[in-house]
Amino acid sequence: MAYAEQAETEALHEPKSFLTKYIWSQDHKVIAIQYSVTAIFVGVIAVVLSGLMRIQIGFPGALEFMDASAYYQAMTMHGMIMVIYLLTALFLGGFGNYLIPLMVGARDMVFPYVNMLSYWFYLLAVVVLLSSFFVPGGPTGSGWTLYPPQSISQGTPGVEWGIVLMLVSLAIFIVAATMGGLNYVTTVLQARTHGMTLFRMPLSVWGIFMASIMALLAFPALFVSAVMMLFDKLLGTSFFMPAMVSLGQQIDHQGGSPILFQHLFWFFGHPEVYIVALPAFGLVSDLISTHARKNIFGYRMMVWAIIAIGVLSFVVWAHHMYVSGMNPYFGFFFAVTTLIIAVPTALKVYNWVLTLWKGDIHLTVPMLFALAFIVTFLVGGLTGLFLGNVIVDIPLSDTYFVVAHFHMVMGVAPVLVVFGGIYHWFPKVTGRMLNDTLGKLHFWITFLGTYAIFFPMHYLGFQGMPRRYYAYENYAFIPQSAQELNAFITVIALTVGVSQLLFLFNLAWSAFKGKPAGSNPWGAASLEWQTPDTPPKHGNWGAKLPIVHRWAYDYSVPGIEQDFVPQTVSAEELEQMRQLSAGTRIADVKT
Amino acid sequence: MSRLLLRNADGADPGGSWNRDPEGIQAPQGADRSHIARTGLRLFLVVVSSLFFLFLIAFIARSQMADWRPLTEPLAPLANLWLLWLNSAFLVCSCVALQWSRMAARQARLDATVIGFVVGGVFAIAFLAGQLWVWQQFVAWGYFVASNPANSFFYLLTGMHGLHLLGGLIAWSIIVAKFLRRVPLPQLSVSVELCTIYWHYLLGLWFVLFALLASTPQTYEAIARFCGLR
Repeated sequence: MAYAEQAETEALHEPKSFLTKYIWSQDHKVIAIQYSVTAIFVGVIAVVLSGLMRIQIGFPGALEFMDASAYYQAMTMHGMIMVIYLLTALFLGGFGNYLIPLMVGARDMVFPYVNMLSYWFYLLAVVVLLSSFFVPGGPTGSGWTLYPPQSISQGTPGVEWGIVLMLVSLAIFIVAATMGGLNYVTTVLQARTHGMTLFRMPLSVWGIFMASIMALLAFPALFVSAVMMLFDKLLGTSFFMPAMVSLGQQIDHQGGSPILFQHLFWFFGHPEVYIVALPAFGLVSDLISTHARKNIFGYRMMVWAIIAIGVLSFVVWAHHMYVSGMNPYFGFFFAVTTLIIAVPTALKVYNWVLTLWKGDIHLTVPMLFALAFIVTFLVGGLTGLFLGNVIVDIPLSDTYFVVAHFHMVMGVAPVLVVFGGIYHWFPKVTGRMLNDTLGKLHFWITFLGTYAIFFPMHYLGFQGMPRRYYAYENYAFIPQSAQELNAFITVIALTVGVSQLLFLFNLAWSAFKGKPAGSNPWGAASLEWQTPDTPPKHGNWGAKLPIVHRWAYDYSVPGIEQDFVPQTVSAEELEQMRQLSAGTRIADVKT
Repeated sequence: MSRLLLRNADGADPGGSWNRDPEGIQAPQGADRSHIARTGLRLFLVVVSSLFFLFLIAFIARSQMADWRPLTEPLAPLANLWLLWLNSAFLVCSCVALQWSRMAARQARLDATVIGFVVGGVFAIAFLAGQLWVWQQFVAWGYFVASNPANSFFYLLTGMHGLHLLGGLIAWSIIVAKFLRRVPLPQLSVSVELCTIYWHYLLGLWFVLFALLASTPQTYEAIARFCGLR
């Protein structure tokens, strides 16, 4: 029996008690909210950490407790939380969980119990990670890449407990991500409703689907490196630890290969960039199409570009290791693959722009964030072309140019999509609109602010200001003007950081007091806006699953007065709409 | 070219095959619950394959360092492989029994299904006990986890494989408990099948690991050269 028919014949067992409904829930929508709230919570911690770091860089010595160790600990935790525990969890666990079943017309994920476990494992990973703030020695300060031998050598902050908790937390996170990923991929493959072919799925689903496949294949590399490093740390093996003298003493390890760790780490680390970026690409495509009232340009090209980027991202990892020392041909190979990946990526950017072309652009808050994403991703992507070339990368490596690049391309750009996505889908989640004025204020401060923060960093990088230094005073090669620029960046960063409270306030206030949204406030064509209830109830679709007759991008169809045609409208209904529209036009002419 | 692009961009007149609703109405690629479970398991096995593939790459890369002392040297614990062969035989018997159980379940023969399933699990437990015995031998010979990278990998790989089998045994014990509670066979046949597929996979994986662990440094070197790791 087909899934859709079976789903319609089976009785729905709606959870009754508070515990099963909101805490131990197996409903994908509740799990999505749990994931999102947790991710935003750790994200706030990471923002605070970055604020503390910026105060130290802009105004050295202003914070008494901020010594070198504390700085490195803040830096490490900021990076790891932002990349893994915020962005990955929010895109896959948050948006993925909420949108996949609704967009493909399923009642829920195919393995709801595993889905619930996925969230609780994620929460456990977060708790273990945050507990490292409270253990002797504090969290690890080895940088988010956790490179050995430094990360497990004496003298690095958090070498006693912090690094162990970090590695254990990552391992737990990977188990959670695997359970989630299996659900997302299987749901997309096998739980689509009547008429929902793969090539009718919204690009959001394509992006999250491909990112989930990549997560399933790439996270094992991080798991392998975490387990082997735990062995080195706790059992005294020498997988990664070479023979060396530390603090004047010969250490017990010998023969291990730190470069092996780097290969394993980046075999995970580079796909990770796209695990974050592909869902962002997908979501932003839907935002642009909906708010420009136009079908997405080159839908199939967009899908194949997502797939091509996903595949190519597994063969570019060593461009993060140009300065580790490698065979020149090796560097050449990875520079070429890196440049090739720019082709499908550029194609997507062109298609977004062409979707906007002659569109009926509504400058709503989600659209503002989507437009800002295109610009920011373009800037970050272009500096990626610089850094992808060995000969340019070597002088720029470990400077603020790199910090600017990756913050633009995988920090700010995806976060803009996160905001845009939340402003766009919040009405479906809560049934209420977010406040528009607050939203616009939040947008402009965030967008302009992040440019004021990260754009000058490119110049600092060209001037040779190295990254990862705890203090920049008293270096002859760093001019005073760089110090002034650093102070400027810090002031802006703190402003942008504090302004996020506007967003959090807006979320909390609008969830209860916001303007009622109705079922489809944006006039969107995709399936999640066609649910019988808003917010959707348990089981999403009532007695019958929806039948899909068209793709998700029928906007401004000629001859139809309503400027969108939902995916559930059949050819006959479309004809009726056309006749109705023609009748209205004739009546208009007569009057 | 540019005219074509711009025409495609115009939402009021979508032209060109790249820019239209790509497909007409088709039946959904429907699937029943057992099919979904099988797909989920296969995907999981892909993840496990990725995990062990990366462990093996790390193994080959690390084996090319100067301090590697092979476990297959004449006086090393893997010079004589009879214990590992014995354990392999346990795992093979386990898989055969589970396969028998799976076939019996298809024919709705309850007794044979239960017997095959239980015997399969018992042989798997025997395999794990045998692996622990091999670890015990290693310790007795002074081959500790940290004394050489070859030892470290032996413990790591057999340990990871054992943990995966242990996970399978947890699922196995839940299904056995359901058999004891007299849950009807049709409700359990899918679980039996999934267990069997997982067991077969772990058997194949074990033979890959066994072959690698029992190989000579020359073989490692050849693989490393082939992979460009040397």
